[in-house]
Amino acid sequence: MSLLSILRHQRANWLGLLGGTLLVLLLVLAVAGPWLGLPDPTRGDLRARMLAPTISWTGLGSHPLGTDQLGRDILSRIIAGSRVTLTIAGSAVVLGGIVGVLLGLIAGYFGGWWDRILMRLVDIQLAFPLMLLALLVVAALGPSLHNLIAVLALTSWVRYARIIRGQVLTVREREFVQAVKAMGAGPVRILIRHVLPNVLTPALVVATLELARTIVLEAGLSFLGLGIQPPSPSWGRMLADGRTYIASAWWIITLPGLALMLTVLSVNLLGDWLRDWLDPRSERS
Amino acid sequence: MPAHLTSRLGEGLIAIWGVVTIVFVVSRLLGDPAVLLLPIGASEAQLQELRTQLGLDQPLPQQYLTFLFNALRGDFGQSFQFGRPALDVVFERLPATAMLAGAALAIGILIGGLAGALAAIYRGSLIEAVVLLVALLGQATPSFWLGIMLILFFAVQLGWLPTGGYGTWQNLVLPAVTLACFTTASIARLLRSSMLDVMRDDYVRTAYAKGLGPRRVFTWHVGRNSLIPVVTMTGILAGELLGGAAVTETVFGWPGVGRLIVQAIETKDFPVVQAGVAIVAAIFVAVNLLVDLLYTLIDPRIRQSR
Repeated sequence: MSLLSILRHQRANWLGLLGGTLLVLLLVLAVAGPWLGLPDPTRGDLRARMLAPTISWTGLGSHPLGTDQLGRDILSRIIAGSRVTLTIAGSAVVLGGIVGVLLGLIAGYFGGWWDRILMRLVDIQLAFPLMLLALLVVAALGPSLHNLIAVLALTSWVRYARIIRGQVLTVREREFVQAVKAMGAGPVRILIRHVLPNVLTPALVVATLELARTIVLEAGLSFLGLGIQPPSPSWGRMLADGRTYIASAWWIITLPGLALMLTVLSVNLLGDWLRDWLDPRSERS
Repeated sequence: MPAHLTSRLGEGLIAIWGVVTIVFVVSRLLGDPAVLLLPIGASEAQLQELRTQLGLDQPLPQQYLTFLFNALRGDFGQSFQFGRPALDVVFERLPATAMLAGAALAIGILIGGLAGALAAIYRGSLIEAVVLLVALLGQATPSFWLGIMLILFFAVQLGWLPTGGYGTWQNLVLPAVTLACFTTASIARLLRSSMLDVMRDDYVRTAYAKGLGPRRVFTWHVGRNSLIPVVTMTGILAGELLGGAAVTETVFGWPGVGRLIVQAIETKDFPVVQAGVAIVAAIFVAVNLLVDLLYTLIDPRIRQSR
């Protein structure tokens, strides 16, 4: 597919483009966060507690999105929270992706017992509600950054493994794989050089959909108090804190939630577009 | 029972066994129950006595076998917190979760199905655009945030519905809507794209060509065939509803199994965690067996090919 036709398609699907743009914007904000000159997200000012958002047509004001119950600036907390969320969810999706793709390759290519064991593992994991699995493991290991990434990766490898396995089943029968095999290439070489490149695009689609799910799961864990611990700001924790002040200061809880929703929405839009683009049969929406 | 259902049942049992095993291993990682059960400052002798009493002094493989054997008989031990059999505690909370998940699933199938079908039938119209937009937003809204927003609007601002609690239908509305949001959006989107796919198939063209009206074509040709992916997805979503209920139940103070398990994890009440997760997994497996059964009813091709 030439670059022009990709671009043409991209223009046709403005929703996917919108999602991509929003996500890039969010990433830039998250990366540039510390250099934007915003107030310290972890330092409170008790004289400036629960100030309403001051953003308006005339200007931003000192706390554009208001302050929380400890007088911390909500805008800078949302941006700092996006760093935490994107780091955790991104790492988990990559880690889960590597494990899932690897297992899917092995199961799909070698079949037999490898395949049977993997598919039973997948069944076990699917019968385990993700939130409960994550809660249980975090409670056992403790809510550190590394543990959170590991737990979230643990909840996401299954989907990669299943999709990749299915893809490998068809790819391994194709002529070029048979040809390389006849030429005497070993399984590792065949898998890495010839099968893997052909299953990477579906893995990419799974990765975007998993990113959205992982972001929500991470926020859910933080919301239940088992996510990243204070003083690190996290969206889920901000929501849990804001619950107490729901009647007196709506912005504390509404705004981080909106940020969360917007992030998930943009990742979903991008994922949908990727999937449609790669699968010509599926309906373009 | 057809052969493939028997093998599915076997796979389901293995899955439940796996879940139970994982829960056992993880709860042993969580800490020593004897230390938690006795008041701080208990002597080492008292701790030892309790460990012997609970069977915690046995080697781990033997503890595991005892646990499996007892679990098979439905005995998950006494809840540390409630002092009653853990399974009873879980079963008491089951109706509340079943009611919530059932209501959410009903909303999802009814509203999601209707919206998805309308979007496919009135393709390219405003209806389709609105359904798609709302569904996209619905899939992106985290349930706990939606729940709190609904409380803020309908309970705090308008005062129409209670903020939480359990008992009357008014208590059910907000949690059910919250839990149903993602399911509804997913079903609407999937049914729409599935119907659009089927509508392009040759047999639909044939049906029109032989002079059938749109109503008959939709009921007999499009409807039935486009349901297959939706049924699969609904089975998976139903399982997620049970797990996802943990967060929704926490937001609304709904006395269900999800919240019970979350609390049991916090208080390290292992027997309740083990019993609760085992039951939820068993229900998930049962639901998916049911979905398999439904398939063979909807699509005779599957019956023949297996």
